[in-house]
Formats: sequence, C-alpha cells, structure tokens
Amino acid sequence: MIPGSFEYHTPSSISDAVALLQQYGEEAKILSGGHSLVPMMKLRIAEPEHIVDINGIAGLDYIKEEGGVLKIGALVRESDLEHSDLIASKFPIIADAAKLIADPLVRNRATVAGNLAHGDPANDHPAVMLALGAEVVLTGGSGERVVPISEFFVDLLETALKPDEILTEVRIPMPPANSGGAYFKIERRVGDFAIIAVAAQVTLDASGNCASAGIGLTNSGPTPIKVTAAEAYLAGKALDDATLSEAGNLAEAASDPTSDTRAPAEYKKAMVKQMTIRALRRAAERAKGGN
Amino acid sequence: MTEITSESLGGIGQWVKRKEDPRFVHGKGKFVEDIYLPGMVYGVFVRSPYAHAKINGINTEAALKVPGVITVVTAEVLKGLKLDWMPTLAGDTQAVLAGDKARFQSQEVAFVVAKTQYAAADGAAVVEVDYEELPVVMDPEAAKAPGAPVIRDDKEGKKDNHIFNWKSGDAEATDKAFAEAEVTISQHTHYQRVHPAPMETCGCVADYSKITGQMDLYITSQAPHAHRTVFAMISPFQEHKTRFISPDLGGGFGNKVPIYPGYVLAAGVSFLTGLPCKWIETRSENIQSTGFARDYHTTTELAATKDGKITALRVNTQADHGAFDAQASPTKWPAGLFNICTGSYDIGAASINLDAYYTNKAPGGVAYRCSFRVTEASYIIERAVDALAQKLNMDPVELRLKNFIQPDQFPYKSCTGWEYDSGNYQAAMQVALDKIGYPELRKEQAEKRARGELMGIGVSSFTEIVGAGPRKDFDILGLSMNDGASIVVHPTGTVTARLGVKSQGQGHETTFPQIIAEELGIPQENIKLEEGDTDTAPYGLGTYGSRSTPMAGASTAMAARKIRAKAQKIAASMMEVSEEDVEWKNYKFQVKGVPEKSKTMAEVAFAAYTAAPEGMEMGLEATVYYDAPNLTFPFGTYICVIDIDNQTGEFKVRRFVAVDDCGTIINPMIVEGQIHGGLTEGFAIATMQEIRFDEQGNILNGSFMDYLLPTAVETPVWELDKTVTPSPHHPIGAKGVGESPNVGSVPAFVNAFVDALSHLGVTHIDMPVTPWKIWQILKEKGIAE
Ligand SMILES: Cc1cc2nc3c(=O)[nH]c(=O)nc-3n(C[C@H](O)[C@H](O)[C@H](O)COP(=O)(O)OP(=O)(O)OC[C@H]3O[C@@H](n4cnc5c(N)ncnc54)[C@H](O)[C@@H]3O)c2cc1C
Repeated sequence: MIPGSFEYHTPSSISDAVALLQQYGEEAKILSGGHSLVPMMKLRIAEPEHIVDINGIAGLDYIKEEGGVLKIGALVRESDLEHSDLIASKFPIIADAAKLIADPLVRNRATVAGNLAHGDPANDHPAVMLALGAEVVLTGGSGERVVPISEFFVDLLETALKPDEILTEVRIPMPPANSGGAYFKIERRVGDFAIIAVAAQVTLDASGNCASAGIGLTNSGPTPIKVTAAEAYLAGKALDDATLSEAGNLAEAASDPTSDTRAPAEYKKAMVKQMTIRALRRAAERAKGGN
Repeated sequence: MTEITSESLGGIGQWVKRKEDPRFVHGKGKFVEDIYLPGMVYGVFVRSPYAHAKINGINTEAALKVPGVITVVTAEVLKGLKLDWMPTLAGDTQAVLAGDKARFQSQEVAFVVAKTQYAAADGAAVVEVDYEELPVVMDPEAAKAPGAPVIRDDKEGKKDNHIFNWKSGDAEATDKAFAEAEVTISQHTHYQRVHPAPMETCGCVADYSKITGQMDLYITSQAPHAHRTVFAMISPFQEHKTRFISPDLGGGFGNKVPIYPGYVLAAGVSFLTGLPCKWIETRSENIQSTGFARDYHTTTELAATKDGKITALRVNTQADHGAFDAQASPTKWPAGLFNICTGSYDIGAASINLDAYYTNKAPGGVAYRCSFRVTEASYIIERAVDALAQKLNMDPVELRLKNFIQPDQFPYKSCTGWEYDSGNYQAAMQVALDKIGYPELRKEQAEKRARGELMGIGVSSFTEIVGAGPRKDFDILGLSMNDGASIVVHPTGTVTARLGVKSQGQGHETTFPQIIAEELGIPQENIKLEEGDTDTAPYGLGTYGSRSTPMAGASTAMAARKIRAKAQKIAASMMEVSEEDVEWKNYKFQVKGVPEKSKTMAEVAFAAYTAAPEGMEMGLEATVYYDAPNLTFPFGTYICVIDIDNQTGEFKVRRFVAVDDCGTIINPMIVEGQIHGGLTEGFAIATMQEIRFDEQGNILNGSFMDYLLPTAVETPVWELDKTVTPSPHHPIGAKGVGESPNVGSVPAFVNAFVDALSHLGVTHIDMPVTPWKIWQILKEKGIAE
C-alpha cells in the first residue's frame, strides 16, 4: 500500500500542464481527483515517474449552459453535480448516476473528466455520456480537438487521449422538451462499482411516442457500450411493455460481460435487460414530467 | 446527606455513556500505529504470489542496495537463531518465514527492514524469489483425495493432509435413533471462510535494550499475558524482562488472538539491532494472511417422529484449517465448543464426527465473534431444524417450541456433555413473536405468494456457550483460562482497577467500573480501569469468546466484595460497634437499626490509610483470580423478514427483531451496541462475505474492494428486546453478550431466504446469499427471465 517514488508537478495553467506532458510523455500521469490513480499507485499497478497535478489550475470547475450545450469543466467534482440545480432540473440521468458513485468522501474529490479519462467500463459516467451523446474537448500540444464520446473509449483503460492531452471539458447537448433520463445500477453494496448499470435517455414526440433514445451500458464489456441497435429500434415507437422488453433484449445482445467476483456473466446479461427496461420506463415517465 | 442509589453511582443496569468514546471521537486514541520511538526501523514483508511453491532461492542483493534498507531477513537467517518455525496456539508449528516452500498465497517469505516504511516497501518490491510452482490443495475434499500433494512435508513422516479427528456424543445411540426414526432429514452446508476484518490491522513495535535486556512489545493483542508467557516459553526472553503492552485496539473479533510472524520478526530485528522495530499490516495483508474464521463443510442429519419430536442429531464435518493449524481453541477442544450443536433443543442422542485438514490457504480458524466454533454449531442446528419443519410441513416456530429444553429442565445436561446453567427459551421466543407480529406476517406471506411476490420469514432460537472456562476443562497450551482483577481503593475514596482481559472496543472502561460502583458504593466516574500492560495488569487469558464479563466480571465483583469485607471491619471500628452490628445498606455501612449512624466507602477508605484498627494491615485493596464453576449460556430468538425482487434477486431486510437474554445487564446501552455490531456482522456473513479462491489458489477478493463490509445504507434497522434470566452461578448473574448476535443472526437470515423460496422446493442456499444466487434459482424455477 505504499507507492513507488515519483516526481510531483503543480502547473497553474493548462499550457504549463501540457508542456509537462510533452516533456515527460508516457512517464507522466495527470492527477485530478486521484481516486482511480492513487489506489493503482498504492498497489503499484501504476508506477508513473511524474505526477502532473492539475488541481491548482483555476477556472476549470464550471457547470454552465452555453448555446444549447451543457459544459462541464475538467475539475468539476461528483459532489458539484449532486448540488447543481441545472443538473437536477435538466439532467436527472446525471443526478441519478452521480449519487450512486462511490461514497460522499470519494465524490468530494473525484472528477467527471477523470471518470471518463480513466477509460474504465466500470465507471458510471461513460454510459451516461454515451446515452446523452456528449462530446469531450481534448487539449494538447497541437491545440484543441473535440471528440464525440462514442469515439472516445478505445479499449479497457484506453481512450482516444494522446499522452500530451488533457480532457478539459465535457459538452452535452441540452435535451429538447419532453425529454427524460434515468440511470439504473445493480451493485453489491452501496458505493461499489456496478455489477452492471444502464443509462437511458429518451425524448418523446407530440403523440407520446419515442422520438429518440440513447442507451449506454456500464461494466458490460471491455469498454462502455452504446446500444445503437436498441436506440434505432425505439425511434418512433410507443414505449409499451413489449417494446421495452425488446429494447431490453437488444441491450442484452449488445452486452459482453465476463464472470467475476461481482457475479456470473449470465446474471449480468439478464440484468442488462431488466435494468434497460426499468431505466427506459423511468426515463419515459420523467419525459412526461414525472419523477 | 443525599441518598446514594444505583443510578447516582452509575451502577449495574445504568445507561452510563462510554468513558472511552471522548478520546476516540477526538482522534486521541493511542493505537500501536501511534507509537513512534526514536531511531525506529520498519519491516515490510515479501509475500508469496503462489499458494504452493518450492523456494529454490532468494536474492536480496537489489533490495539491499535500495537507499535506507538495513537488512533483509529470510528463513535462512532465522534458522541460525532457531526462529524459522514457531509453535501455534493449537500446538502445531508455523513457518515464521517460508524456507523450503510457500504453503499459501501471501505467506511471509522475507522481511525487509529499513529506516522508513517507504524504503522497506521499495526494498520488498525488488527481492527476487525463485519459486517452483506445486499443485495446490484448496479444500478438504482435495486434501483427502488419494495422491493429494502433501502440504506439511516439513513434518517427519507426514504422508497426508489430515490434522485430527474429533468425536463427541454417542454414535451407537444415535444410529439406533436414526434406524427407528419416522422422519429424517440430511442437509449439507458450507459455512464459508470469512474474515473478522477489524478496522485496525495487526502490528507491533518491538523495543529491546541491549543494555538492560528489557524487551517492550507494543502489540495488537487480545491476550497480552497469554502471549507474553508463550513468548517467554519459546524464546530466550525472560518473562519478567518482557513487557507486552496492548494499547487501544481497533477491534479484534478473534483476529488478534493468534501469534503472527510479524511479531516474531519485529522482536527478532530489535533484539539483533538494538533498534525499535515497527511492523504494521496493510488491509490486504490482514485479509489475506491473518486468522480467518469458519470454513466448515458439514452434513447435518436429524431424526424425528412424525409429529416433530427430534430424537437424534448426527453431524459430519470436514474442517478446512489452512496450511498450519493455528486455530484458536482451548487445547482440550480441537473443534472448540462445536458440540453445543444440539442448540436449544432437548435431543436424546447426538453424534459428532469432525476431521480437520491442511489446505493451501492462510492459517486460522479463529473464534470470530464466537466462543470457539459456536457460530458453526448454531448455524447447522438452526438450519437443520428449519429443514425438518419444511419436510414435516410444520411451522418452524411450532417445531422449535415442541423441542425446546423446558424451563424446569435447567440445569440441563445435554447429550454431548454440557450442563446448561439456565434458560427460558419459550419466553424469549414469545417476546420476539409478539414484537414482530408473527401470525400476521405468515398471513401476508400467503397472500403475497398467491400474487407471485416473494417474502421470507426466518427464525433462529440460538443458545450460546461462553466464558471459557473452568480450569479443569479449559487451558491454552497448559495455561488455565482464568482471569484476575485487582482493585485498589485510594485514601480519598477513588479507585484504580486492573484486569487481565483486554478491551478491543467492548467498553470495558465503562462496564467494569459499573460493577465496582455497585459493589462498593463509589461513583463510577471515580473509578479508573486499566488493561493491557503486563507490567501492571493481573494475570488473565484475555478477551475473546465473550469471556470478559463471565470471567473478569466475576473476579471484579469478588475482589470488590473482598474489599467490602475488610471495609466493614474498619467501619465497625470507626463507629465503635462490633462488626456484626454493621450492615451494608443503601451503598454504605450503617449500624443496624440506627440508620443515622453510617460511614461511606470513601470515609472508610481514608481511615484504611490513616486509622486502620490495631492489628489490621493498612490499605484497601484486593486481587482475585476467578475460576468459573461452569460456562454461561446466553440465548435468544431472532426473527427476520426479507422481501425479494423476483426478477433481479435483489432483496431488502424489511424487519429484524432480536430478543437476547444475557442474564444480568450491566450497561444496557453497551449491550445494545454490542448486539447492533454483531447483527451487522451476521448480516454481512450471510449476504456478502466469503474469502474466495480460484483453482490455482489465488485469492479473488483480498481487499475491501471485493471483500465487502456493509455500510449504514444496507444495514437493516435492528429492533431489540430482551428477557433476563440471570446465571445462577455467576457472582452478578451476567452471561456475556458480545457474540450472541453474530451466532444467532446468521441462520435467521439464511432461514428467511430459504423460507421465501421454500414453496418452490428450495431447501438450502449456501452463504453468502447474493442476489445472483437467488436469481439463478428463480431462473431455474421459471420465475425470473
Ligand atoms: C472506493 C471507491 C469507489 C468508487 N466507486 C465508483 C463508482 O461506483 N462509480 C464510478 O464511476 N467510479 C467510482 N470510483 C472511481 C472514482 O469515481 C474515480 O475517482 C474516478 O473514476 C476518476 O476520477 P478522478 O478525478 O479521481 O481521476 P484520477 O484518479 O485523478 O485519474 C484517473 C485517470 O485519468 C487520468 N485523468 C484524470 N483527469 C484527467 C484529465 N482531465 N484529462 C486527461 N486524463 C485525466 C489520470 O491520469 C488517470 O490515469 C470509486 C473510487 C473509489 C476510491
């Protein structure tokens, strides 16, 4: 439980941080909330030689709506999401997820950006962002680029981030009227990573049918999974029990979990279906103005 | 003068707030980790990544080059000091460091000593060990299979993995009862391997002076005296120059009873270097290598008449003890008090047959919040009684009532040889039934079943056996399991008391002064209790097996009574009457029939030091070592209600009623706290905990990431109640309570789960009962998708 030795850097601007990343390349790791990185260092699974702590960079802790887009800065903590009126009113799906992540102590430090950048399919935000069709802003030596979240997760603990890039902002389109979302997580114990979880976001049309849907799966494969088949299937349909059940089947088919200490794969797959049904149902209720 | 009452004194039965809490909530407790001595060095273990592997060599060169590293101790080095193996409390031997081979994953292989903990960890990371993997043995079935690898080939002539066989009861009478039985059931259960997981891990600081030869050992020990004596018996250190200090302990639960290699190594390093040496486990080291609990594979059979009178019990157990037999049980009781497994029932015949095996797992088998295998015993009988009820299609409550030992049968001699001191099982059961509204719940369950909803009601009526024990039967490596109390009343009427037991969070500093307050009429806030320092504490075998109140509680009351007897003489002399004319009334001495003529204990104490009667020694103190005439037998009934989601297997404990009878209650608040803690542990064992291994012997959940402890969120709301049946042989009628809730709750949970699914033909689910296990059943039965 004692990490190897490392050099510790505290840049005060994004450009200084990027310069450090350029200088040390693969040997350097960004530290934001530290609640994924530090445990790995204590177990010596990760032994970075340089730690670039970005917590001293001012102005990265904003949650704001700008031009129809929700913008979340790199140093926004989970607890900030929990206490944001904007999130509570427009993004119940994010509020659901945030309060299911770890415990209040962890949430006071852990960042949304770090949760995505870690590239862990067990983390809760990736599925949520997939359901919401988010984008991430990556800032590096050659400037800024904007990557759709569906192209961000490459493999287990691997993302589109280059060694000199920082995830500086998450962008989420503001949901149109008659939208709702929900996050359903099966966990062994409160604060644990998901056995599996499902994020669902729907927008209803004037007749109450599904205009569009976004579905993301947590811990159901080597990367977070966007269930495009179910999303396509739901478009234009009334969200009755049979339709929800079929969407559940499609989500189950898209999942690829493995058996581990949390549960056998067969249980996880069955739960992907169950939670997809329940998350879609709650999302639709919320789209109609329910809670 | 204002009246003195039990309430004003904070005597027996009073809700006195815990005296230890202010220092803990202020972060001012002093634990072993808080000990920092000048020049102290740190030891960190290199541990085996393999469950079973030959060690061909250890290269320490790179480690020795790490700045700050002082030395690397290996088995080779220890061999020179004859310290490479040590005895266990169970009379076996255990490798201090693996020399010939590693026998479980995480076994201690080398000890890197450095100036800082960081340097020691860096050094440990670069020690190179040349391992040659060997086939592993992961459970008793594999251990006894023909041709199984012999784990303990260090023992001369050892050709198999069998440790011992233990029998109890009357096999012939039992077989006869089974042959004649109208109904029988047979049930296989695995009480899984769990870990006590105290918040504070194990550790020590050894401080040896080369000049005086004095060894001070600050140690996480539940039994400092016993540990010191054993230490003196096996090492060159003499007992009088060895001081074991067990400071504040952050929980023990049986995990801090065994002797660990880290203690021996820290002491050895300090002896060799003359520098203080600290060793503190990490969380994962604690879970992976120190005393586990349970791991009993058992087949339980009951014979009964058609109308539900149980006639015999037959038990066959295979016990998994790990690589070294380091379980903590009294020496004459290799399977602890497991033969209490007839439980609360009047059963004519019983036969218990138990075989213990070595496996490639960490050693242990500690009494985790349990009086030596009583949890295992209570689990099998309470599960079996439910299985019988199911077979007979009888309500489990009715079956229990039919078979309870009756109140007029106490003292009751069980067919396995125990004499139950007292009990009234029906009474506790009735309180529980009334509190939870049992008939209404059964009605609700029937309605829910008709609608396809799942709800279970689990009952457990356990009997404990605690307070080991009478020295004719109980010793550890020959040391009698008796405990001392030493009380000094100071001239100004305040008290210092010292005990041979050792609190780990049970609140001794509050409870024991309450006994003294009651006996001596001195307010509890004027009484200080000290434990844990072998230089000052009277001898005693320590705290585990719920023995502090049965043993040290008795010696405390008796020492106080000795003081009172002397004080009475002094009081008589002060009031110039004969001793016979003085009585102890309303917590003071008064002249019979002349209530206005009286002396308080404080007044007498002053006289004891200033004006003791001619011919009497001055002072007011006493020391008593208590040998119990019998054990005590707390009991209770627990009832649990569980609702289950029929598609996901997720569940919620809707209600849990616990009715305990621990005899006289000294501090009701502390008793409630103990019950809350034990129930929460029982909930964790029943629903989330098991140390799991893969086929290669790798631990799959060796940290709190995956070895789960419940939080306040999922922990049920506990509804407590009580009956009070004092122990007839204990000086204050107390019985001990710490372990009852763990012992009694585990079967209540499992019985509730099985009950919820019993109409589907389910008769048992092995622990931990998780949502996915329930879902698998629901899927198989065509209920879940
Ligand atoms: C006990 C516990 C329970 C937890 N339970 C959950 C849970 O239930 N659900 C869940 O989702 N998470 C859980 N977590 C993880 C927690 O939410 C993490 O903290 C989070 O996933 C990572 O965020 P962080 O800010 O702590 O990142 P860090 O640990 O600081 O970094 C994680 C990784 O991302 C990189 N990184 C961080 N920030 C950036 C950035 N801005 N740009 C580029 N790279 C970056 C780091 O270099 C590192 O590789 C738990 C953690 C703990 C300790």
